Amino acid sequence: MKKEKYDGADIEKPKLPLVKGHYGYASITDKLSDLVLTRPVHRGWVVGFGIAFVLTLLFFYAIGYLFAVGVGVWGVDIPVAWGWAITNFVWWIGIGHAGTFISAILLLLRQEWRTAINRFAEAMTIFAAGIAAIFPILHLGRPWFFYWLVPYPNTMELWPQWRSPLVWDFFAIGTYLLVSLIFWYMGLIPDLATLRDRANTRFRQIVYGLLALGWRGEARHWHRYETAYLLLAGLATPLVVSVHSIVALDFAYGNTPGWHSTIFPPYFVAGALFSGFAMVLTLAIPLRAFFKLQDFITERHLDHAAKVLLATGFIVAYSYLIEIFMAWYSGNEYELSTILDRFYGPYAPLYWATIICNVLAIQPLWFQRVRVNVLALFAISIIINVGMWLERFMIIVTSLHRDFLPAAWGMFYPTGWDWAHLVGSLGLFAALFFLFIRLLPALSIYEMRELIFDKKRKIDE
Amino acid sequence: MNKKPVIYGFMAEFRTANHLLEAAKRARKENYRKVDAYTPFPVEGLSEALGFRSNKIALITLIGGLIGGIGGYFLQYYSAVIDYPFNTGGRPYHSWPVFIIPTFELTILCAALAAFFSMLLLNGLPKLYHPVFNVKDFDLATRNRFFLCILSSDPLFDDFRTWQFLEELNPLHIHKVAA
Repeated sequence: MKKEKYDGADIEKPKLPLVKGHYGYASITDKLSDLVLTRPVHRGWVVGFGIAFVLTLLFFYAIGYLFAVGVGVWGVDIPVAWGWAITNFVWWIGIGHAGTFISAILLLLRQEWRTAINRFAEAMTIFAAGIAAIFPILHLGRPWFFYWLVPYPNTMELWPQWRSPLVWDFFAIGTYLLVSLIFWYMGLIPDLATLRDRANTRFRQIVYGLLALGWRGEARHWHRYETAYLLLAGLATPLVVSVHSIVALDFAYGNTPGWHSTIFPPYFVAGALFSGFAMVLTLAIPLRAFFKLQDFITERHLDHAAKVLLATGFIVAYSYLIEIFMAWYSGNEYELSTILDRFYGPYAPLYWATIICNVLAIQPLWFQRVRVNVLALFAISIIINVGMWLERFMIIVTSLHRDFLPAAWGMFYPTGWDWAHLVGSLGLFAALFFLFIRLLPALSIYEMRELIFDKKRKIDE
Repeated sequence: MNKKPVIYGFMAEFRTANHLLEAAKRARKENYRKVDAYTPFPVEGLSEALGFRSNKIALITLIGGLIGGIGGYFLQYYSAVIDYPFNTGGRPYHSWPVFIIPTFELTILCAALAAFFSMLLLNGLPKLYHPVFNVKDFDLATRNRFFLCILSSDPLFDDFRTWQFLEELNPLHIHKVAA
């Protein structure tokens, strides 16, 4: 194996390094906190945030118009009563999953490579899950009554209908959002204390000081903190599986051909991780280039994330195959006709585009040259994001538009308002992310210090 | 005026985690009991060196989860079977398989809330003022320095001898922490 100088010591270079360059506690703290505290506002940031902000306004305008006029502004009708709203919902909630996977499951598995990417992946989770939660509410006929899903003693003496998938969604998304938020904030507390102590204006000192809750790094506090953090990771882990399984059960609970399938929960979870890791790469690659974080988000991180894409992509491909197989094997003519409709029907181009994006486009990831090639990875990650959106659309619309009675068949065509909601939600996501990288440390500072401590200790031994 | 001690304690500043760990063990051996250590990241074994062994967070989290789970199931049972029985598609009132989903989610939610808030409460947070923040260099505790503080409330605390003990540990500085 090739030998490389590693902090002055000759050790065997095991893999691509996790942290490049020569950093100590102080220099890594300064570098990461200065991203927030001293870096002047960059023109690129202003332009990017400006575009995102305009799209956010479009989103709010579209929501306001929807409230005023009703869901008829969308292309939904009978038989396709679930159009882009639910497509967007399933897509966004799926994107969130990679964040929880990285921060919780990889923490429990003691995968050190999570450290540089967990903070912004968690932020991505919260923003994506929050945006996802908007869509099921919007597609309710009377969205202003969404709080009827909450069990509370009310004067109407009504309770939520526990047998309804809509109520399951409420509990699943609500829990997911709250637990992710707690997990994220808890990880931020020591870094907020760092920002408080290094803040260069009184205003920042006060704001970060209040948010840091008086954290001072006491040894017993760290002890309890680590216990609680591990427990939260352990609690978030089943959530990763359960949230999207419940979303999948929303479909499988009905007997519509194409939905009534036992593979749905694992299929949806794999798809969620697939699209989530694609989004992590879509965000990480510009982030590391823009903030010059190549020393922390190294080729090794990209390599690992790309391998996860390859693995989850194969589970997704397997699910596509099993869907076709089960339709044939069941001998159910409605199932079979739905599959054939996907192959040859009016939405066939979307089906084949899904296959190209989600199955064929990831095959170059077998080669490490591609996995560490920033541009190729970025392109593939965007293709996957598009492909996963198409997959959700395909599942929802091709199952609904031709069910049991040919007399009831119909088509779904999106309207401008459908587009406004999709593009606007992307804008809101981007705007939140732009604000996040300006106001909070995008990388977990204290965990990077710990990583350096471990690295030094390994060299000492 | 009451006669409170004018200082909170003496604080020694170290450059490395291992140095602090050694110092904490020495302080423990010298029978100092009210000793705090401050580090920029969790140092393995440090809280044990200060004589802090187990914490109650796991137990509280378990209790939170149990309350969430049992409470969640009871909520559904009470509302769907006792208070407002409603026939949907001929399903039994007590249709427990679908009750599992909200029960599971509420278990996780209550356990997570219990873990987070028990961490804060047991740590005495939020607490925006603390005497250690008076130390000039203490902002480095969230950057690259490691601190050991012997509190004046310790029975063995003595202006002269404690200071001398800290000097033996070879720190970068020793600070007086104003109360």
